[in-house]
Amino acid sequence: MGEVEISLSVNGHARTDAVEPRLTLADYLRERCQLTGTHLGCEHGVCGACTVLVDGAAVRSCLVLAVQADGAEVTTIEGIAAPDGTLSPVQAAFRECHGLQCGFCTPGFVVSATALLRDNPDPTDDELRVGLAGNLCRCTGYQGILAAVRRAAEAG
Amino acid sequence: MSVMGTRVQRREDPAFLTGANRYTADLDEPLLAGALHVHFVRSTIAHARITEVDVSEAAAASGVVAVYTAADTVAADDLDPFPVAIPGMIPDALARPWIAGEVVRFVGEVVAAVVAETREAAQDAAELVVVDYEPLEAVVDPVEAARDELLLFPDHGTNTALEVPFGHSGDALFEGCEVVVDRTVVNQRLAVCPLEPRAMAVTWHDGRLVVFMSTQAPHGVRNRLAGIYGLEPEQVRVVAPAVGGGFGAKINVQADEGLLPWIARRLGRPVRWAETRGESMVSMPHGRGQVLRVEIGGGRDGTVGAYRLTVLQDAGAYPSMGAFLPFMTRTMAPGTYAFPKVECNVKAVMTNTTPVEAYRGAGRPEATAAVERALDLFAAEIGMDPVEVRRKNLIAADAFPYTTPTGAVYDVGDYAGALDAALEAAGYDELRAEQRARREAGERLQLGIGVSLYVEITAGPAGNQGEYAKVTLHRDGSVAVYTGSSAHGQGHATSWAMLAHELTGIPMERIEVIAGDTDRVPEGHGTFGSRSLQLGGSAVWTATEQVVEKARQVAAELLEAAPADVVLDTDRAAFHVAGSPSVVKTWAEVGAAGDIAGPIGEAPTGQPIEAALTFTADNATFPFGAHVAVVEVDTETGRVELRRIVTCDDAGRILNPMIVEGQRHGGIAQGVAQALYEEVRYDADGNPLTANLADYAFVSAAELPAFELVPLETPTPVNPLGAKGIGESGAIGATPAVQSAVVDALAPHGVTHLDMPLTPERVWRAMTTV
Repeated sequence: MGEVEISLSVNGHARTDAVEPRLTLADYLRERCQLTGTHLGCEHGVCGACTVLVDGAAVRSCLVLAVQADGAEVTTIEGIAAPDGTLSPVQAAFRECHGLQCGFCTPGFVVSATALLRDNPDPTDDELRVGLAGNLCRCTGYQGILAAVRRAAEAG
Repeated sequence: MSVMGTRVQRREDPAFLTGANRYTADLDEPLLAGALHVHFVRSTIAHARITEVDVSEAAAASGVVAVYTAADTVAADDLDPFPVAIPGMIPDALARPWIAGEVVRFVGEVVAAVVAETREAAQDAAELVVVDYEPLEAVVDPVEAARDELLLFPDHGTNTALEVPFGHSGDALFEGCEVVVDRTVVNQRLAVCPLEPRAMAVTWHDGRLVVFMSTQAPHGVRNRLAGIYGLEPEQVRVVAPAVGGGFGAKINVQADEGLLPWIARRLGRPVRWAETRGESMVSMPHGRGQVLRVEIGGGRDGTVGAYRLTVLQDAGAYPSMGAFLPFMTRTMAPGTYAFPKVECNVKAVMTNTTPVEAYRGAGRPEATAAVERALDLFAAEIGMDPVEVRRKNLIAADAFPYTTPTGAVYDVGDYAGALDAALEAAGYDELRAEQRARREAGERLQLGIGVSLYVEITAGPAGNQGEYAKVTLHRDGSVAVYTGSSAHGQGHATSWAMLAHELTGIPMERIEVIAGDTDRVPEGHGTFGSRSLQLGGSAVWTATEQVVEKARQVAAELLEAAPADVVLDTDRAAFHVAGSPSVVKTWAEVGAAGDIAGPIGEAPTGQPIEAALTFTADNATFPFGAHVAVVEVDTETGRVELRRIVTCDDAGRILNPMIVEGQRHGGIAQGVAQALYEEVRYDADGNPLTANLADYAFVSAAELPAFELVPLETPTPVNPLGAKGIGESGAIGATPAVQSAVVDALAPHGVTHLDMPLTPERVWRAMTTV
């Protein structure tokens, strides 16, 4: 299969790679960029564990092809904290509110919540629940996660 | 200052929050360099004779190194048959083949293994494997399977995998009862669905087998693989990297997993495998799957005289741990009630479905759901409030230790206390008043209130295998805690550091916790059955106590004092002579001196001060609680909305309330999900209808209210921490509470029972047909 050259920015670093057209963005990030914080929980766009930001929008990287990200700015979980490692407000709130247990769904939730709060800095409880319903968690019953996003919103 | 009972934040979290932690599929270990990728070809038919497997095209495909079928595994002189889960209990004739060769018995069974240079090449080649099936009639329903009209293993002569009759006294059991209710209820099959599916990577290195695996029990995996491959346990190293949830489905070694070392050895290269979700939904063991007949008899005053539970377990196509779940159900059959007479008989049958194993609660949710439904049915029959009926039959708080008719010895409990606390927090009387008002007004949204009590068994059965810990004091005064409890989200690293800090005063950041690598931790059992804090934590606690005692003797030598006069000030993390706090010896000074005192009463060794032991409790523990659920049922559409869930869960003394609340939250969500949403379904031919997360009704944030948690701490006497398990409580108590609430809302329609999940269609049909 012929390869296609793509140029994009991943967590602020410019990259150019030749990829198979069928390579998903998730596999590209995990295998070519070694950014394994993007997790694959279902490969069909339901669980949200693979959520990343593409030009600021939260997308499921298992449903996007790497070639579709050509020219885009991609941010993964590895690019959410400050360069010095300081946790972002959302990340810090997840820790404070016990918003994670096994951690597998966590990158997707953090990325989704980051985008949600950027678009809607003061969400109602219902908006939060609906806004995060596209990410699945088996450990927390969503209680700690919702508390964390609420706290991050309050922290502004 | 004590850290016990405080909300210490998890040390694990920063790595998870930044994506730095590596799960099995993420590993970039040098040992795995050049690894091949395995892709399993799985049966698409539930029951069929295999007439031909043609792998020629697949084997010739680009990047493919090997394709294995049953012909290869059967002919191999370096591979024994895959052993049954519990030899001696399950006949060898029911053992699962490594790869199906003659007959497939469920959709998802392995029919070939493709090994290639890349994952994509393996997947592509798998499409080229041609399997000819001659379909056989499938049996999916365990009740039908029990009739033995269609057999999965004709040579075995029956679909029954395991049956233990404990005695059945027929109608005589209910002699003297004014009222007897007899009903069959279903505890449906569920998909376990940890967010990380199964994954494993294997290599042979310097004559040893090295395994990286998403598992709850690395030592159990080590021992099982050692047995399969004729190795000593020391010749096998199992590493559990970050593990993305388990919930019971990652305790055992499955046939596909167990075959990977054989493939790696045959090809002389490391191999990797990570299942997709679609694969996982049919090949990861399922949970629950019981049909329960409840018979309950008693007086019109609400006193129960006798209870009989008859359990039919759907074990799936190959009986494994699931066949033993009914024994847990039997142990907990009477629940929180002082029924004078209890009988429980159990049987496990095979069906053409994915094998069943443990899922959060594993046999106890089924027992609780059954007895709670039985009490509701009994209450409805005699026209008494279900709470009142429960009160009349609860085991009294002064009756512990309490031996049940099914042989459990409950350690300690206060069931009425839990019930009172939950009812008060819920505002039970006000809820009933609101319910009456809505009924009288004929409102479209009717209120339902459900109450459940549960008691379960954790770290059981009695005489359990215990858990290992080693605590080592380094020369710089830092501490290493080695634990056999390997976590997958439970926060052991934080909790174990809290325990060691509590006894030593050494700052938690100076306490390293090491787990999940059988080379670094020589013994262990793992994290399942809500056992970790009470066994693994007690082991850490006891080993730390021994280290403190040894260190006190060393400090005494350094202080030139009698050991009996030396005290440890944990606030200052230093030893001094009692009454002379100004002259101290720090942990670093004691650690630098080393074990100059040697084991207590023995000669000096010069080794680091350390203690290693396995903590074993004399009894299991029996956490308990009460849940109140409030639902709104839309009488026009059958839609159910959970408005409130109030739970009082007692896990004994609490070490870290934040972690305990997290465990309760997760369990409650899964319990609610079982009541209202989740079910693994098959069509009559055994085709799975819920084989991805779009079709399986995995609960999301949008369906759940804020949970209302009521605290209660009744310490157990069976371990030094006073701790009981909390991991499964929510999933045990919430399900029957929510189920009862929906049935309660439908009471005016004459409904006394509905099976789960309580989908809008099921609820609507009940309202329109009863």
